[in-house]
Amino acid sequence: MIEVKNISKKFGERTVIKDFSFTAEKGKTNLIIGESGSGKSVTIKCMVGLLEADTGEILYDGRNFTAMNLQQKKQVRKEIGMLFQGSALFDSMTVEENVIFPLRMFTNMREDEMRERANFCLSRVNINNANKLFPAEISGGMKKRVAIARAISVQPKYLFCDEPNSGLDPRTSLLIDDLIKEITDEYQITTVVITHDMNSVMEIGDKIAFIFKGEKAWEGTNKEILDTDNERVVDFVYAAKFMKALRKK
Amino acid sequence: MISSVFYHLGKYYQLMGRAFSRPEKGSIYRKQIFIEIENIGLSSLGIVAIISLFMGAVVTIQSAFNFESPLIPLYAVGVAARDSMILEFSPTMISLILAGKVGSNIASELGSMRVSEQIDALEIMGINSAGYLIFPKIIASILINPFLIAISMVLGIFGGYIFGILTGAVTEHEYMYGIQYDFRPYNVAYALIKTVFFAFIISSVSSYYGYYANGGALEVGKNSTKAVVYSCIWILIANFVTTQLFLI
Repeated sequence: MIEVKNISKKFGERTVIKDFSFTAEKGKTNLIIGESGSGKSVTIKCMVGLLEADTGEILYDGRNFTAMNLQQKKQVRKEIGMLFQGSALFDSMTVEENVIFPLRMFTNMREDEMRERANFCLSRVNINNANKLFPAEISGGMKKRVAIARAISVQPKYLFCDEPNSGLDPRTSLLIDDLIKEITDEYQITTVVITHDMNSVMEIGDKIAFIFKGEKAWEGTNKEILDTDNERVVDFVYAAKFMKALRKK
Repeated sequence: MISSVFYHLGKYYQLMGRAFSRPEKGSIYRKQIFIEIENIGLSSLGIVAIISLFMGAVVTIQSAFNFESPLIPLYAVGVAARDSMILEFSPTMISLILAGKVGSNIASELGSMRVSEQIDALEIMGINSAGYLIFPKIIASILINPFLIAISMVLGIFGGYIFGILTGAVTEHEYMYGIQYDFRPYNVAYALIKTVFFAFIISSVSSYYGYYANGGALEVGKNSTKAVVYSCIWILIANFVTTQLFLI
């Protein structure tokens, strides 16, 4: 479980997150949704420590991440897997080496054990026969799947996904969503997904926080989001004309 | 302006502190050092060889052209070629050229990694990204650059010999006598010592500009240019300081 308590973040005079609180539950896909520029990415970066929140606390299973020193944070980060918007695979390494990399860094596994684990993770995300290819040689959807394989290779307790569907076609987006959901259920990971994709919201949103101009404007589930009267959420969910028409009916 | 200088100096020292902190796994860092030796050093061998050969040739021919007085013996051409190459041309000129080649390479590599979130990915994994990415580059530069400069010295003097004789600027006997005349091995040591300083400057300054690149391709390009410009300036300053310290 990850508890975010009243975090705020300013860049100069501009407040990007204001008093944001949210609890991401174990074994669930917890979504933080909102328009572009609403502060979603800054929130996730504060949660993983890439940015420091000005105020507030972030607790990983009761451990106060914000109060930790760098070494303690590093230990927590070893329990975190992250899927970046652009996949962030290492260009100089092959697909297999990318997945092996965290194992090589933090475990004492033998070479054959690491390769076996990498192959297992790659097959788990349905990547076969691409081990020796470089990231530049594979498609965007494959890159995302390899990034998921890399994230799960060290069996993380927490998984963060920053816009996992950006730049993907609807079919591949669904595949990625399903994969995130399956992995979360299977390994009982605490998953936090940042997205503005309504398909993802409906597919995998066990728990959803809607963020508007840096503040939490609504919280609920994917079953509740379509029926809410919250104006800001309604504007966001029914932004498309056909959705508006559907709501009127 | 002054506050900006102190801001960057402070940030640079902080980055170096992180780069030289205890590695997560020594064996991986060692492997990275060898990879960087190949990337930084061996790939520069060709350009270093070509430039050194022709630099030696030009120094020899120009010296011969200027030493027309009957009071100056012709072997002085060999002395001039040797001392120019060892004291200044090989360590400083080649380091300035390496600042352009290697410096822009390091800055653009790290800058691209930064904007494509690869550095963030390392941090999230709990890896000290500065240590993993920068430390091997600095150590590799410090280890391989003196070898490159030593090769440059030999090739420069050899270039002077070949082209000096081919153009008739100097005889073989005079040149060979000249390069051995009053030879001080300390000069070679001095040149190699200052090369170590230059290697540190090239790799660390370029890493700094690459590591802190933000934005997109445009910013990466701008930071690569800054990396080369500031590396060159610091090399020239360090050249002045090391000359004062070790030679005078």
